[in-house]
Amino acid sequence: MSTEAVATFAGDIKAAGTDDPMQDEEFARDAAIVAAAIRRRRLMRILPWLVIAGMVMLWEVVVRVFDIPEFVLPAPSVVAQSISKWWNPIVMNAGQTLKTTLIGFLMANLLGLTLGVIVGSSTLVYHGLYPLLIAFNSIPKVAVVPILVIWFGIGTAPAIVTAFLISFFPITVNVAAGIATVEPELRDVLRALGAHPLKIVRKVGLPRAMPYYFASLKIAVTSSFLGSILAETVAGQSGIGHLMIVASSRFEVPLVFAGLVVTAAMSVTMYTIATLIETRTIGWAMRSQGDLAGGV
Amino acid sequence: MKERPFVEIDRVWMRYNGSGGTLALRNASLSVEREEFVAVVGPSGCGKSTLMRLVTGLWPASSGSVIVAGKEVDRPLSIAGMAFQNPTLLPWRSILNNVMLPFEVVEPHAGRLRRDRASYEKQCHELLELVGLKGFEAKNPWQLSGGMQQRASLCRALVHQPQLLMLDEPFAALDVFTREDLWGVLQNLWMVRKPTVILVTHDLREAAFLADRILVMTSRPGRIMIERKVDLPRPRTTEMTYTPYFQDLVQDLRGHIDRARQGEEMAHVN
Repeated sequence: MSTEAVATFAGDIKAAGTDDPMQDEEFARDAAIVAAAIRRRRLMRILPWLVIAGMVMLWEVVVRVFDIPEFVLPAPSVVAQSISKWWNPIVMNAGQTLKTTLIGFLMANLLGLTLGVIVGSSTLVYHGLYPLLIAFNSIPKVAVVPILVIWFGIGTAPAIVTAFLISFFPITVNVAAGIATVEPELRDVLRALGAHPLKIVRKVGLPRAMPYYFASLKIAVTSSFLGSILAETVAGQSGIGHLMIVASSRFEVPLVFAGLVVTAAMSVTMYTIATLIETRTIGWAMRSQGDLAGGV
Repeated sequence: MKERPFVEIDRVWMRYNGSGGTLALRNASLSVEREEFVAVVGPSGCGKSTLMRLVTGLWPASSGSVIVAGKEVDRPLSIAGMAFQNPTLLPWRSILNNVMLPFEVVEPHAGRLRRDRASYEKQCHELLELVGLKGFEAKNPWQLSGGMQQRASLCRALVHQPQLLMLDEPFAALDVFTREDLWGVLQNLWMVRKPTVILVTHDLREAAFLADRILVMTSRPGRIMIERKVDLPRPRTTEMTYTPYFQDLVQDLRGHIDRARQGEEMAHVN
């Protein structure tokens, strides 16, 4: 039920006065319960913003009270000034980072889904490939960037590849887990219809793996930012990572913090988009008691 | 000459996990005529479900032959519909789309589905109406009660007009009232569609109410011990379950199963 609907419902209860005082009392109690639920929901919606605002205020106060120098920890107000001062370069570099991150992230999705389906559907491939995947994932990516520079040169390519490398693993593992854990009865229903294994994966395995896939997307989308910015700081000519490295070498600490803030904002935005797509496409996996149709 | 039985299981042995594994079936033989409704009952763990998976070709037999519709079963059958104890509906599909599933898999329907979608959907609607699920087509499985989900599961097993319907304790997880309700639903479906049915159950009243013939299995390793014909007119009603004939039949089956369990114990002692 939406908040508006609840609100009208509460209004109806208030409006419906009866002659029976006992019943009136009951209505009033119901209305109070509903109103409390609405308040709680509103609070939950604005809570993250309140927490952020509180943190920023605390930060500002601490910097001023203890008189912390700007090159150690700039106050939020100074960071904000820096953002407006360097607006154009920040937007340009953020755009570059967003582009490389998204390309790497999309590549990770393609490979992660494909590999996940293969690894999840075949126990043979699973046993053969899994140790390698884990070994691969534990390689520190910062050590890989110089190699990527040797292969691709300085610029966009290493950032894309690093973003890809860092985010394809969680997608692969999750999709594989989703497909490998399909209930045997569900598989039997399709097998008894004479379905080809590929068809079983398409009709049952893939849809069932979707909740797992989206769970991994949330991890992958934030860690792919990590990857591209890492590569930009080591071997970039543009991007937020590069901007921050240049700024810190000039002791422009407020600009470094501005870079951090912008990165965080982009990451949260992407996360939110992933969550939105998730609730749209796999609502079936996130049902709540409220959706029950009062079964017969 | 008499027509060949639709399902023939001849001296089948089934052992799990190779030669050292559990022996589930020992020299089991049975045959089922076309359009017959057969129930298989027995003590728990007697290999009833194994029997069912052998007939549909989900598992291969260790030895012996399984012949369905004149052909040796060596892969999953496509002429069979199955329903299990759990409704096993796909949670991401509506009830209608769950029932449509066989049409997406079984030929020749799968090839025609794109063109004739409307007519296939009409068939699903008709079947759902027959089991009393009209108006619930667009609902998701979890929005329905267990009994309603099981009805939908029956529809899915039947919608593509399979010649063979395999039911593995389909009503075991339901309460008594819903269960007896669904006996009527299943009987109705069977009388309309006339598939050959093999119903695996441990509920003797259920077997006596639904089946033309009841096969009693020994405990593991299972084989068919005796069979009983049920001479009750159709459609059968709940009132018939209170007649002396019905009561005696159930009592008799009960006795055989008890003896089967004791007999096995004696065999172990010897």
